[in-house]
Amino acid sequence: MAKPMETPMTHAIDVSLFDSRGESEPPETLKTCLEVRDLNLYYGDKKALASISLDIPQKKVTAFIGPSGCGKSTLLRCFNRMNDLIDNVSIEGSILLGETDIYEGRLNVADLRRRVGMVFQKPNPFPKTVYENVAYGLRIQGIKNREILDEVVERSLKSAALWDEVKDRLHDNALGLSGGQQQRLVIARAIAIEPEVILLDEPASALDPISTLKIEELIYELKSDYTIVIVTHNMQQAARVSDFTAFLYMGELIEFGPTERLFTNPGKKQTEDYITGRYG
Amino acid sequence: MRQHISKRFDQELEDIRNKVLTMGGLVERQVSEAIRSIIEFDLEAAEAVVENDVKVNTLEVSIDEECTHILARRQPAATDLRLVIAVIKTITDLERIGDEAKRIARQRIDMDGQSVKQKQFTEFEHLGQHVLEMLREALDAFARLDVKLSLAVAQEDKKVDREYESILRQQMTYAMESPRMVPVSLDVIWAARALERIGDRCRNICEYVIYQVKGKDIRHISLDRVEKDLAP
Repeated sequence: MAKPMETPMTHAIDVSLFDSRGESEPPETLKTCLEVRDLNLYYGDKKALASISLDIPQKKVTAFIGPSGCGKSTLLRCFNRMNDLIDNVSIEGSILLGETDIYEGRLNVADLRRRVGMVFQKPNPFPKTVYENVAYGLRIQGIKNREILDEVVERSLKSAALWDEVKDRLHDNALGLSGGQQQRLVIARAIAIEPEVILLDEPASALDPISTLKIEELIYELKSDYTIVIVTHNMQQAARVSDFTAFLYMGELIEFGPTERLFTNPGKKQTEDYITGRYG
Repeated sequence: MRQHISKRFDQELEDIRNKVLTMGGLVERQVSEAIRSIIEFDLEAAEAVVENDVKVNTLEVSIDEECTHILARRQPAATDLRLVIAVIKTITDLERIGDEAKRIARQRIDMDGQSVKQKQFTEFEHLGQHVLEMLREALDAFARLDVKLSLAVAQEDKKVDREYESILRQQMTYAMESPRMVPVSLDVIWAARALERIGDRCRNICEYVIYQVKGKDIRHISLDRVEKDLAP
């Protein structure tokens, strides 16, 4: 004979679990990594960014999209003060990285760039060995211990999903790697010094589709440890890799929100026109 | 809505929309002929409906295929994506409405040779006209992307459900009055049941229109709440 049931079959079902409309779900608590407030940027007299305010969440992927010249790369470069290298740039407003004001006068820019790494459109490995490329950041910090270097190089190359491909040619010149491998090497170099943020400026636009997918896969892996901000011309790429998307147009932030929403039901007509290819 | 930079993309989207309307027109005729075959006791009309169902099915397959191509080639986003998704869902419901029309026609074929009293069809005719009107308006709402009309049609569905229930009761009365009427009463009940299902599917189509226009999925939400949510 079957045993009587000990607990009655009246489980309270949490209905909100089944409501995928996002109305009753509590919003995920997001920590802000970069806080941009009223940022204006001028190239000479020309205003390139107009009162941008947004919070870039920690350990998420945020994508900037928009037509050429909309200011997305300019905004990205603000996060590690790359714009300082350009003449007659003036910047107003503030960007906080945690507690640090990036544009505070006394800030050590080299320190900032250790915390905020950057990868560019064209892979730019140093004309050195694979190993030395990755170890470079540590060496200039004065680390000479071979064991530590070996360990960091291996870990970084593994995180950048490159280890298996280069483990037997660590001491070959990095310029001998393919474009996609070089780009992952540059990412490995960036993460070797354990930054908080990784900025990616069109990281896959010079790569073939397979290498592109590898980079995208890598971005997904990396976001568990790093905050990632990516600029891309490829809207499908933004849709694939990012959690949040910001649409910029002529220096203004038009819309910023969860990627799913932006690509299925954008709030602004300008965003709609751009992502559906009606821009122009 | 502004045009796409790619004119061919515009054309492809326009093309699937038009095909849905063609399919809708065909389905509407199927339903109206099926209803007529019962009321006017027209056996030939019923047989034609059964035969024509294949056309509806073929259209569904072909539109489905075009939608798949658009998804693969264009990777549509936002309104475009919602349009394609709404089309894929709408044609599924239209095809099912076509099946219901065939079911009604089959009931007519079933009745052949049975003793029939015209009064058994009065209520059915009324329900039929009501459902046909719903279908027409649902297709109109799709064509004009009319949210207000969509909501109105969705509201009608409740009335259709009530009418169906009253047919059920009435046919049961006839059956109790005279056992000879039982077979036809059963056929009428099945046919009315098919009409009631068509009403449900018209409501679905209207829900997809609202999804397409507003980006809101309103399935399984009470209409009163939907109206409140959509109010400007």
